[in-house]
Parts: sequence; C-alpha cells; structure tokens
Amino acid sequence: MTEHTHKQFDAEMEAIRSGVLTMGGLVETQLSRAIVLVEGKADDGVAGQVGADEKTINQMQVDMDLACSQIIAKRQPAAIDLRMVLTVTKIVNDLERVGDETKKVAKKAAQAAQNARLSQVRYFDLSRAAGRAKEMLQLSLDAFARLDVNAAAEVVDLDDEIDAAFSAIMRQLISYMMEDPRTISPALEIIFMAKSIERIGDHAKNIAEAVVQVVKGIDVRHATAEQIRAEVAEE
Amino acid sequence: MNETALVSRPQVTASGLPPAAPKMTIRKLDFYYGKFHALKDVSLDVAERRVTAFIGPSGCGKSTLLRTFNRMYSLYPGQRATGEIRFNGRNVLEARTDLNMLRAKVGMVFQKPTPFPMSIYDNIAFGVRLYESLGQRDMDERVEYALTKAAMWDEAKDKLKQSGMALSGGQQQRLCIARAVAVKPDVLLLDEPTSALDPISTAKIEELITELKNDYTIAIVTHNMQQAARVSDYTAYMYLGELIEFGETDQIFLKPKRKETEDYITGRFG
Repeated sequence: MTEHTHKQFDAEMEAIRSGVLTMGGLVETQLSRAIVLVEGKADDGVAGQVGADEKTINQMQVDMDLACSQIIAKRQPAAIDLRMVLTVTKIVNDLERVGDETKKVAKKAAQAAQNARLSQVRYFDLSRAAGRAKEMLQLSLDAFARLDVNAAAEVVDLDDEIDAAFSAIMRQLISYMMEDPRTISPALEIIFMAKSIERIGDHAKNIAEAVVQVVKGIDVRHATAEQIRAEVAEE
Repeated sequence: MNETALVSRPQVTASGLPPAAPKMTIRKLDFYYGKFHALKDVSLDVAERRVTAFIGPSGCGKSTLLRTFNRMYSLYPGQRATGEIRFNGRNVLEARTDLNMLRAKVGMVFQKPTPFPMSIYDNIAFGVRLYESLGQRDMDERVEYALTKAAMWDEAKDKLKQSGMALSGGQQQRLCIARAVAVKPDVLLLDEPTSALDPISTAKIEELITELKNDYTIAIVTHNMQQAARVSDYTAYMYLGELIEFGETDQIFLKPKRKETEDYITGRFG
C-alpha cells in the first residue's frame, strides 16, 4: 500500500494494526496456558497467570479503542483506512471476549483437576477441541496480518468442526450422566468449558470475517464458507 | 456481483434516494487550452436534482469540466471543447447556442464571493432584469424567493438596501447563490464555493446545498473530500484530465473500484 502524504497517519495506522497482533499474541499465549490446564499437566501458578493475562488483555482493549477513536477524530479516514479502523475495533472486542472465555476455561479446569471422574473426556476430547480453537484463532490472526481473504474461508470451515466437536462432547456426557449420577457434577463443569471453547471458535470466525470486510469491503457475517469463497473469488 | 449471492448487504443506500434521470449527458468531451489537452474523452451523466461532486488534485481538470457546462470558457480566446454536452435536448457546445440563455439556465458560483457593488436587493434583481421584465411587486417576490432559497431571507430582509459588499464572506457567498437562483436556473455549478469560508459558513452552505437539490441539479467542485462525501450523491474522481472513477458517493468513499481513487481519497497521493 502506498504511503500517506501524512507520515504520522501511516504511523498511527501501523500502531493499531500491530496492536491487534500483539494483543492477539497474548490471547494465544493465554489460551495455550489454559489448554495445559485442561490437559491436567499444568504447574502451580498457571491458573493465576491466565487471570493476569486477562487483565492485561482488558487494558489493551481500552488502549486500542482509544487509539482508533483518535484516528477517526483526527484523520477522518476513508475507504480502506476507514474499513481498517472499524475492523480493528471489532477484532479487539472479539479478542477481549476470547480472553474472558479462556479465563473461564482455566478456572473450571483448575477446579476439575481435583476430580478424577471423566478425566479422559477432559484430557482427550476437550483439549482437542481447545487445540482446534487455538488453531482457528492463529489462522484468523494470520489472515489479518497478511490481509488474506482465502484464509478467512478456511477459518469458517474450522468453526463447523468445533461446533461438531461440541455436539459430540455433549452426547458423550449425557450418556455418562444417565449411567452414573455421580458424573453429573464433573460433566457440567466440562459442558461449561466446552461452551467457552465453542465461543472462542465463534470469535475467531468473527475476526476472519472482519478481514474480508477490510480487504473486499463486503460484509460476510452470517454467510457460509461456500458463499464467502464465492465472494472472495470475485474481483 | 450477482443478485443471487446470499451474503447480507445493507438494504438501503445511505442517501436513500432512487436513481435519477440525467439532466446533462456529457459524451466524449475533450477540451484544449490552446495546445494543452486539458480534458480527455470525458463521459458522464449529471443526475437531475442530485448533487454531483468533482474531486481530484489541482490541475486535474475538474474546474475546467465545470466551466464547459455553461460555456464559461467561450469568454476566452484559444479555448475550445469538442464532443457533446446534451442539456434540455441540445448540445451546448454547438456554435448557435444562446450563451446568455444557457448561463441563465446553468448558473455558477465561484470560489471567492463576487457580489456586485450595489445593494443586496439589486444584486439579485440585476440578473432577473436581463431576462424578464417584472413589476415592482413581482420583483420583490422574486428577491424574497431567491434569498429564502439561499437561506438568508431572515438575515437580509431588514437591510435589502445595504451594500452587498458589507456582508460577511459567508453571507456574500449565499448572496451569490441567491443571485444564481433568482433567474430560476435548472442547474447550479458551484466551483469550490466554501474554500474561502470559515467552518460555520461552510456548514451553512453545505446545508443549503442539501436543500437546493430538491429544486435544482447541482454540480460542485471541491478540494474538501469530506465535503464531497457529505453533500453529494455522486462523485467523480479526475486526474490529469481524465475521469478515473464515477459512482455513487457512498460507494466511492467506502470501497472505490480503482486503486487511484482509493489512494487519493485516503490521502496517499503523491
């Protein structure tokens, strides 16, 4: 992209762009920590670390929104710049929500670690779904970094996978609960975690859709992966 | 973009206006200042009772284009235009065009306010007298009509005998708009009408433009891109005498089709 005549404007746009990536990086790290907790392999202090990450992420959201407001007030961005600023505020919002969901997962995982029942669902199915959610998040942030609209369609595909995994975990847990009422309590914990992971997938999907909005100027929220591919293919 | 795509799109345009019929159709227009080729093969429609904005860097030909619409250039030797500007069924570029009638129908307001050194009343009546012989009462009505249209009747009604030169810059500019409106034109050409005005006067003129498009077809040249975005329904981006992109203002400022347009409106030019 050609540079702005106002070099300071370029610097401000670059600051919000790299701000998203920094914030995204921290959210990814936080999610990785939560996954270690879900897998039951965490050292003491990891749950506290996830909580501390969440506070930093909240502060980043506030700072980023301020930076975006200032650009709008000072520069009156148009076209690609306007789409970028609006998109950054949306992505920042999604990342903050991912931070919240991750904190919930970590908290529940730390509690569940005391209970050996259903540990195989946690260690295997749940941690695999969480891994997929992290992949989706990485992919959507990569798509943003490279402004790659094709990756966006891929993220939407992955979201269907996570939704399917969530349904599978639910079915499995219902069977356990019917067989043995003592599994109800740990099963509910797992359902909360699974729901949070499913929400993380949704936020990653929002980020990917926002990338299409920046690059193509079209709104692909509520579209299927095929529709997005068709739109993206059009010149 | 095909119609069957299921991606959700906004159902209304921001302006909410239906498409309008063209009031002026410009086809294959070329313009020369002596040997200098200032407009190259420009074709576009100026929509009736809409605002069409022309933007582009200095020297891109936007003012030159505006000046062809009422043959302003004919005042200067060595300047000529070829092609077609169809207006009310005639090509205004034809030699037999009655230039006085044309300029009554296609009024113009310039960058710097140009009131005549006479009273507010006479500033407006002057042009009307050239085309119509009205009685005193009819002329009074016409002056009130024009000043009302230009949103300055309330300010001016008690000082119609005062000199137009004594008004503030913003008022002088609205007086010039009133003067153009007084002869009941079809089209108003505004060549950077607010570039010499303060922000409040600018806002008043912009508000006025939005009012005036209920009755008139408006073409405006502006260096202020936000102004084009605010007041116009259609925007034309010009560069080096060529029309680079022409489309609905909402589309041009959100997602222009041409990279050159995007670079210009986002301040990436040069």
